[in-house]
Amino acid sequence: MAFYVVQFLTGLASAASLFLVASGLSIIFGVTRIVNFAHGAFYMIGAYIAFTLTERFSGAFGFWGGVVVAALAVALIGVLVEMVLLRRIYHAPELFQLLGTFGLTLMVEDLVVLIWGPDDLVGRRAPGFKGAVDFFGQNIPSYDLFLIALGPVVLGILWLLFQRTRWGVLVRAATQDRDMVAALGVNQKWLFTSVFAVGVFLAALGGALQIPRDAVHHAMDLRIIVEVFVVVVIGGLGSIVGAFVAAVLVSELNAFGILIFPKISIILVFLVMAVVLIVRPWGLFGKPEAAARKTPGLTVNPWRPLTSNERLASLAALVIAATLPLFVGNYALTVGSEIAIFVIFAVSLHFLMSVGGLASFGHAAYFGLGAYGVAFLAKMAGLPMIVCLLLGPLLGCMGAAIFGFFAVQLSGVYFAMLTLAFAQIVWSIAFQWVSVTGGDNGILGVWPASWAASPSHFYWLALGVAALVTIALRIAVFSPFGYALRATRDSVLRSEAVGINAKRIQWTAFVIAGTTAGIGGALFAYLKGSVFPDNLGISLSVDALVMVLLGGVETVSGGVIGAIVYKALNIWLVSQTDLSKLVLGGFIVLIVVVFPKGIVGMLEMLAQRRRKSSPPGSSLLAKPIESAE
Amino acid sequence: MRARNYFVGAAFALLAAGMGHSALAQDIKIGEINSYSLLPSFTEPYRKGWQLAVEEINAAGGINGKKLVVVSKDDGGKPADAQTAANELVSSEGVAMLTGTFLSNIGLAVSDFANQKKVFFLAAEPLTDAVTWSKGNKYTFRLRPSNYMQAAMLVEAASKLPAKRWATIAPNYEYGQSAVAVFKKLMSEKRPDIQWVDEQWPPQGKIDAGPVVQAVAQANPEAILNVTFGPDLVKLVREGNTRGLFKGREVVSFLTGEPEYLDPLKDETPEGWIVTGYPWYSIKTPEHDAFLKAYQAKYNDYPRLGSIVGYQTIKAAAAILAKAGSTDTDKMIAAAEGISMPSPFGEITFRKIDHQSTLGAFVGKTAQKDGKGVMVDASYKKGADYLPSDAEVEKLRPKD
Repeated sequence: MAFYVVQFLTGLASAASLFLVASGLSIIFGVTRIVNFAHGAFYMIGAYIAFTLTERFSGAFGFWGGVVVAALAVALIGVLVEMVLLRRIYHAPELFQLLGTFGLTLMVEDLVVLIWGPDDLVGRRAPGFKGAVDFFGQNIPSYDLFLIALGPVVLGILWLLFQRTRWGVLVRAATQDRDMVAALGVNQKWLFTSVFAVGVFLAALGGALQIPRDAVHHAMDLRIIVEVFVVVVIGGLGSIVGAFVAAVLVSELNAFGILIFPKISIILVFLVMAVVLIVRPWGLFGKPEAAARKTPGLTVNPWRPLTSNERLASLAALVIAATLPLFVGNYALTVGSEIAIFVIFAVSLHFLMSVGGLASFGHAAYFGLGAYGVAFLAKMAGLPMIVCLLLGPLLGCMGAAIFGFFAVQLSGVYFAMLTLAFAQIVWSIAFQWVSVTGGDNGILGVWPASWAASPSHFYWLALGVAALVTIALRIAVFSPFGYALRATRDSVLRSEAVGINAKRIQWTAFVIAGTTAGIGGALFAYLKGSVFPDNLGISLSVDALVMVLLGGVETVSGGVIGAIVYKALNIWLVSQTDLSKLVLGGFIVLIVVVFPKGIVGMLEMLAQRRRKSSPPGSSLLAKPIESAE
Repeated sequence: MRARNYFVGAAFALLAAGMGHSALAQDIKIGEINSYSLLPSFTEPYRKGWQLAVEEINAAGGINGKKLVVVSKDDGGKPADAQTAANELVSSEGVAMLTGTFLSNIGLAVSDFANQKKVFFLAAEPLTDAVTWSKGNKYTFRLRPSNYMQAAMLVEAASKLPAKRWATIAPNYEYGQSAVAVFKKLMSEKRPDIQWVDEQWPPQGKIDAGPVVQAVAQANPEAILNVTFGPDLVKLVREGNTRGLFKGREVVSFLTGEPEYLDPLKDETPEGWIVTGYPWYSIKTPEHDAFLKAYQAKYNDYPRLGSIVGYQTIKAAAAILAKAGSTDTDKMIAAAEGISMPSPFGEITFRKIDHQSTLGAFVGKTAQKDGKGVMVDASYKKGADYLPSDAEVEKLRPKD
């Protein structure tokens, strides 16, 4: 019995550290609607700075002072980031801020190694909490008890802050309806800045408090960020109590789950999230999102098919691309094939995100399923390459049909997180089912048939498929189906009123996007000759998101350009410099600031400005007027 | 920095040859790939190691009079990116052979690439047995002692322990899984009386150490096998120390004696764990002394195991190239099979039968000295003594 009590308390201690970080993320999202990917980076910087301070100033005062000062210092960095970067992009399309914070995260990962060196750092133990307390023969670290107490204390302070202060009232009001708060004359700028500072402070404090139990290293951010997102979503976005309950739930399930299934940790949080979201679409304590007020950006600049001149230009670009094998060597061609494949992947997500308004955080699942489909068919059934390429993507199609059915019942960030959960479940199956998938050692030897083996032939194949896929999806965008899909994106109520079955349309779009991604994955398997669980992983999903956002969400061809720019730059930087993450992250941040509508979006805006001599269009874009639903 | 080194190397080549671009064509280029951005704590010393080797080789006149140039790429910890890098090195840089890699899946991906493109590949670090056995191919050689060899070295010491109830803690991926599987198999062969009472599989890099430690303690084992390393190991050791998990229990642990993983533990270093590792401070052989002196003179830092791996990888590559007298792949394979060469750990041989080198490892016990973790009672285990019989290897490895 004592064991179960101790295990429960241990779970509570894990929950407390998770809660600190999650509560910050939840507050930030609730008010600013920013999906703050850099939250893990702030957590990590908090730990690094606290390490430096606690090493320099010893004693109880040095330790606890160091922890608090570190958190404050990082909060200051957060304020700087908010004022310099995020303020410029609040009015950018939804999720664009994700791109900016993603760029920051990349930069921080390289910066901490530059500043603090490559070694793992192990900090001091907390003065006064070094030992353990005996509980009927079981030891509980006293630091765990401290954390267990700290969780509810922080929860209480936050509750008081939100319920008993004017600032808290404003924050709650902004969480519910930030346009109304702005209309009432509250200075949003400082409200957002202060909220961001509080959120970052909590993240950094969470990081600093890990020093006595963890090692400080440069991958801490990625280790926590996804988990924290999941906790926030399970609890319900913007709900602090929800975050607390979710953190406890996840930690306790893990603490007891490993007693029965020692391998459960790898997937547990995602399983819990999938179940919670299917049963309660807005998390445990979340409320249905109020119908968002759309900015009129889309109506100001409606989509149109390409003019005949533009068609000719695209055709010319394709022809030029097709003559590449005459000029460049094998390596460039292989990179070209890879870029073409990522164009397929990006346009498939772009179709879902831009046309359907459904941002998937787990799109790599269908890419990877396509790749595994090919690998199974080629290695186990021994089918020829053409057949594999045709049938392989069906696995992606099937996956999208099953998961899409559940996912489209949700919307917004909840949709995104459910797709992430499904992707992680698929990933963990590929990872764990060693006898079939080979586990993380993957499936090797999936090389193309001799007719496609030469780099130029494979390049033409990839380029041809990419062109076909892009054209097909463009036709779909301007087909009645595409218009119906856009209708569900712009207004669910109105589209249903005119008789569109929104869920079915969205589901169909999901399956189309999943199958298309599967086509990309199928080609990828042959390009690399092997398939790994990586091909379904989070980082690939994030790559796809970044490509779409970089190109421009509110455009028709953003996916293509975003994929070409991001992939080419990424491959080139990794090959040329050791600090590829720093440079790439800096580049992304720069793009975010200079091109807040993405590369293609910005080009279109410039072209439009030139066409119109009168400026109202641009001023409208710069300061969107909120229109009531 | 890599690009810069390459350019510096190229500039030196120009100066030395005293002529234009044609001199560069005379150089021998080796391609090197590793997870520099993902695993800097291993790869930074590793890079220093191979840079020292390149310097020494060129100072001694290069390879059969030709200057050696290493072109190095980062794989970011992703097999697909490693293949892009391998492709660039082979197609664009025209390297004579590929070397490097750390993670097992990346080692396998590059090995499969080498097999497909008929390129010589000298794997430096990936430990999975598959590289030389179940997925071995004629183009791939490996330097470091494999999972099997390290497990066999540890079993030799572990089987002498009186403990009968064993628990295992290992990261939940191929490396952890195969390390535990081999250890269990070899242990149970030597000691049929052993019981395996618990196993924990925390996700790599994400251990929730408290509950794991508690769960293992609950099973009340007499001895524990640990395979976690890096930050996971730190968390496990700290929780284990506080909760008294290691008190009165024997612990056998993979890799923990390597400075990369032992040094961060400082005054938390547990006493008396049986580990594999690299006690650079207590190795007193002329070969190692020479290496240590050169390394410390160049970097003003002590070597980690990564330094040895990087150093010996390039030394081995150079030895193979020198013996082959050519950059022709088949000639290099013929030269590499059965080649013997000196190393800081003594002479090693690349076996003809499975392309595994006989580089060994040190097995010893952990201890604390002046608040720092060290390995004591360490002895070098020759790799050749811990490999299965040739007949067994024949069965494990597909025919070329």
